[in-house]
Amino acid sequence: MTKTVRALMGACAIGAFSTAAFAETTITVATVNNGDMIRMQGLMDDFNTKNPDIKVEWVTLEENTLRQKVTTDIATKGGQFDVLTIGTYEVPIWGKQGWLVSLNDLPASYDVDDLLPAIRGGLTVDGELYASPFYGESSMVMYRKDLMEKAGLTMPDAPTWDDIKAAAAAMTDKAGEIYGICLRGKAGWGENMAFLTAMSNSYGAKWFDMDWKPQFDSEAWKATLTDYLDLMNNYGPPGASNNGFNENLALFQTGKCGMWIDATVAASFVTGKDSTVADKVGFALAPDKGLGKRGNWLWAWSLGIPAGSQKVDAAKKFVEWATSKEYLALVASKEGWANVPPGTRASLYANPEYQKVPFAKMTLDSINSADPQHPTVDPVPYVGVQFVAIPEFQGIGTAVGQQFSAALAGTTSLEDALKNAQDLTTREMTKAGYIK
Amino acid sequence: MARAVSTRRKAIVTVIAWGIGLAIFFPILWTILTSFKTEADAIASPPKFLFFDWTFENYVTVQERSDYFRHFWNSVVMSVGSTVLALIIAIPAAWSMAFIPGRWTKDVLMWMLSTKMMPAVGVLVPMYLMFRDLGLLDTVSGLVIILTLINLPIVVWMLYTYFKEIPGEILEAARMDGANLRSEIIYVLTPMAVPGIASTMLLNIILAWNEAFWTLNLTAAKAAPLTAFIASYSSPEGLFYAKLSAASTMAIAPILIMGWFSQKQLVRGLTFGAVK
Repeated sequence: MTKTVRALMGACAIGAFSTAAFAETTITVATVNNGDMIRMQGLMDDFNTKNPDIKVEWVTLEENTLRQKVTTDIATKGGQFDVLTIGTYEVPIWGKQGWLVSLNDLPASYDVDDLLPAIRGGLTVDGELYASPFYGESSMVMYRKDLMEKAGLTMPDAPTWDDIKAAAAAMTDKAGEIYGICLRGKAGWGENMAFLTAMSNSYGAKWFDMDWKPQFDSEAWKATLTDYLDLMNNYGPPGASNNGFNENLALFQTGKCGMWIDATVAASFVTGKDSTVADKVGFALAPDKGLGKRGNWLWAWSLGIPAGSQKVDAAKKFVEWATSKEYLALVASKEGWANVPPGTRASLYANPEYQKVPFAKMTLDSINSADPQHPTVDPVPYVGVQFVAIPEFQGIGTAVGQQFSAALAGTTSLEDALKNAQDLTTREMTKAGYIK
Repeated sequence: MARAVSTRRKAIVTVIAWGIGLAIFFPILWTILTSFKTEADAIASPPKFLFFDWTFENYVTVQERSDYFRHFWNSVVMSVGSTVLALIIAIPAAWSMAFIPGRWTKDVLMWMLSTKMMPAVGVLVPMYLMFRDLGLLDTVSGLVIILTLINLPIVVWMLYTYFKEIPGEILEAARMDGANLRSEIIYVLTPMAVPGIASTMLLNIILAWNEAFWTLNLTAAKAAPLTAFIASYSSPEGLFYAKLSAASTMAIAPILIMGWFSQKQLVRGLTFGAVK
């Protein structure tokens, strides 16, 4: 064998080995368009360096489109996605169906015990962790310190609904286009019903009793809706029945709201560069009614792996990286502590640097005060704070939301809205077989 | 006097026409203007019309975050591909219905149209399963097939309407001169129906370009067209209107420009018959 032939064979062998060593696995990650997720896409160099054999492709979509699409894909085992961004609502339902891969075998270095118990509990079914939280959120009161001062009031750290009403009345100046309170009014299970369900928990109301019978005919729901409509009609902005998170964010940022009760993630926006009131914002826990439950919710955008994925190992490496302590440190080093995805790990809140972020403590306290396993004053057969973790809830929740939004718009009465909500929920739950 | 009244009437009609035209165009104009605003200006109340700090920042952000040209190319291939395929199927179908109508032709036409009346979401899961089993999920060829199928009834209907206006005697004369079926359709019918075919083609391209249900649900990373590009800029939590407007402007610009240059052909085809 000549030297040339040997050299050629050697080169071929090296080439073959190199090809094998760099055989790429491509995973497709489906995600919503929010600041933390977009930031992660900009920090992918770190993941690529650590995992040169894994290539990540992104599919970023609007929340409802994404939900419809990944639900279709996972239910039909379409296998289009290897990692899904899913919420606390989907995880228990999909986990029970066997649609998600268990993440109980993540390595010890991942430190699963560091995950905040409330968040971890919402992502666990029968002891199996089915998704890792990327960021978690609750809801809290964001208020204008300057307007409170002007009104001669002080916002307690843990206000009651009466405190909120008094503050809203004192801050409202409709002639000056300042509205005491801004709340969600747009119909939808994740819009006004997220707020109203959480609020109703603090009033002692619930969606269903232990026999799955709807409870909209209860006094507690009547009190909830009465106070909500009273607050919004007297101290809320005009056209509030069309307002969701982004509309209220715009109102608050332009100085038109005295208070806004919404997702803790809003804190970074209202104190950010686009806000005209950035240095005037205070934070407080969501209100209560003295019954032991606060009107705050619990949500986590989490990363799960569909059971139909053919690339589970690579997908797990990505999930582990994106939800690790090291990733939080990476974001802090590149973008500052205020931009670290909040609400997932206890170690983040123990970090002295993160404690300097103005809304860090209130976010943690809000998350810790929510209990998805026991969301209501009385026992209920479901889990979920601002939703009921059953597949039928999306449809029912939105239909009930339309009734309550109509009551806010003034096109139906409070009594009719509650009666219609009771009737439609009873009908759907009977049809679905919950009520025998 | 009569001339003055006529001039005044013309002026009024012109003003009304311009008013309607501007009202129809206003959402597009507003989208374009918003794309040059900051997120804060995009939500300003009262809204800022022209006097704001003009910025290209949104276009830069969109370019950095998304691969516009990949989405654009997918949109071009699926729109043109589905249109060509639809015309290849629809021209002979419309010819047979227009010139040799049978007892059930009207019913067949109505049945074809009735498929457009069903909400697309009603057949999402079966279609998804078929695409999965055929390996067509997230492929441009899959999009070409689905867009051909959903637009075919409209294409057949439009061509049928144009062909009906072509006198059958002309085709008969061609046949007497020895033209076979293929020659008759290609060399006689098609050239006479060019305005109709052109406007059908343009309309079909626009419909395919803007289709957002199937193109969003049957694609992921590889075959996603510009509709997915736009959808990626809507956010559940956070201001996005300016960036979304920039993405929308970039997505509609090609079809808007195409429509602008072909409007003469489009209007002629939509308002006149084949041989008028």
